[in-house]
Amino acid sequence: MDFAAVIDIVMGAVEQGLIYGILALGLLITYRILDFPDLTVDSSFPLGAAITAVLTVNGVNPLLSLLCAAAAGALAGLVTGLIHVRCHVLDLLSGIITMTGLYSINLRIAGRANLPFFASATLFKNPLTKSLPDWLAPYSTLVIILLIVLAAKLLLDAYLRTKAGFLLRAAGDNASVVTTLARDVGSVKIVGLMIANALVALAGAVMAQHQRTFDISMGTGTMVTGLASVIIGTNLFKSAGWMKSTTMVIIGSVLYKLCVSAAISCGLEAQDMKLVTAVLFLLILVAAQTQFKRKKVRIHA
Amino acid sequence: MLELRNISKTYNPGTVHETCLFSDFSLKIEEGSFVSVVGSNGSGKTSLLNILCGSIPVDGGQILIDGKDITHRKEFRRYARIGRVYQNPSMGTCPSMTILENLSLADNKGRRYGLTAGANKKRIGDYKAMLAPLGLGLEDKLGIAVGSLSGGQRQTLALLMATMTPIDFLILDEHTAALDPKTAEIVMRLTNSIVQEKKLTTLMVTHNLRYAVEYGDRLLMMHQGQAVLDKSGEEKIRTTVDDLLGIFNEISIECGN
Repeated sequence: MDFAAVIDIVMGAVEQGLIYGILALGLLITYRILDFPDLTVDSSFPLGAAITAVLTVNGVNPLLSLLCAAAAGALAGLVTGLIHVRCHVLDLLSGIITMTGLYSINLRIAGRANLPFFASATLFKNPLTKSLPDWLAPYSTLVIILLIVLAAKLLLDAYLRTKAGFLLRAAGDNASVVTTLARDVGSVKIVGLMIANALVALAGAVMAQHQRTFDISMGTGTMVTGLASVIIGTNLFKSAGWMKSTTMVIIGSVLYKLCVSAAISCGLEAQDMKLVTAVLFLLILVAAQTQFKRKKVRIHA
Repeated sequence: MLELRNISKTYNPGTVHETCLFSDFSLKIEEGSFVSVVGSNGSGKTSLLNILCGSIPVDGGQILIDGKDITHRKEFRRYARIGRVYQNPSMGTCPSMTILENLSLADNKGRRYGLTAGANKKRIGDYKAMLAPLGLGLEDKLGIAVGSLSGGQRQTLALLMATMTPIDFLILDEHTAALDPKTAEIVMRLTNSIVQEKKLTTLMVTHNLRYAVEYGDRLLMMHQGQAVLDKSGEEKIRTTVDDLLGIFNEISIECGN
């Protein structure tokens, strides 16, 4: 393998890792802040993709289509939240119910299981990016992704600093405090799920723009990828108190994608991707646990 | 005024573990009174608080605040006028948030939790002034996560958070039980001064008979879902710890303990 090919693979992994970083931001809310195992994401990711695909094919501005995708994701989160909070269904099951139902809805939105849009102007291939100077052109995709990830991260950071954000953090930290503040924990959870799934759908939409195609199966393993990113990020930088957890999970996501790419380029086929994703996730979980155990022993010693 | 009317409550109905805790239990708490509640484990003290706050539903009867029926009002809505401190110091604070963030959160109770800044930087001076007299050194730790504080520091913070906005009722659920004697004393004195200053109608469950005798203007002893002792005014002032212990022993003998 020559040097240029390696650079290509690394670039591709970093781009994908950053896109999945948006997804990790969403899972940071459900998994870390709310402690809610939200499986909705496996369908809200392709939901965002389906919406951006259909809108782009029909000539809507790609950037606008991203906002529509995020709004649809928020709706999916709302459904899961309502099932859990108002119908008192177990958190895990609420997500599974929405995920299963969304599968059909995603197919309806896209009209079919696979919707390529190579011919349309996308977020990354449009008249503006074509007019860029030669030296910048190879990096335009990376720069655009970085801008979107940064915007999502800064917005989430800002939200978590507001009163509403405080309430969201409190709901995950200690729900009884929210109740004694005369606020409904259920509503706070629903808002959290909406924001999380909006981010996940946004990630799915950006991914579809990047791949220039929607595929119904692209959501499989979303939860695993997102969780792996969150766990890698927050465990690796646990002692870096100055770093925000939003930054941690984005870096975690890039590292995870780099690991998966490295494994694939060591002779595995593209079809092994999900297996690699799952096995790597298992390794990370075990590693995070042993690290935790060792720390415990040290405290007792 | 707080009022419980003909409350009945059975745990695990229809099973072998069925236990009837309250049947036709009534209690009136006058505005501005500070009621201490003692009683053995399982006598219904904490259930009484949970029923008042709506943490557990009742099978029958009515709960009234100032004559208004709140029996079916949701728990979180009742806390608009109620402050509550739990036995477990970690129940009243958010461990991963800083002292400043916790105080700002509690300071906003009763108002909108919208998109304005969460941390109330303008009030930092007030917060410090509130924490300094406690002598726990919390005023210099505003930026520290509450999870790293001691139980006593956390419980003090929980008490301040529960009472920093205008409320009418204060519910204390064995709030000094998990603390060492010295810290318990500090928290108890702070409690009393807050109750006096804000003229809160207070219901305090405690296992500390001395606190029950020393603080408050009314004393209840619960046993098997009944108030077996109810003293107020002069009678309450004359009651001693030994009197209470005597009644406790009598009850225990009756139960065959």
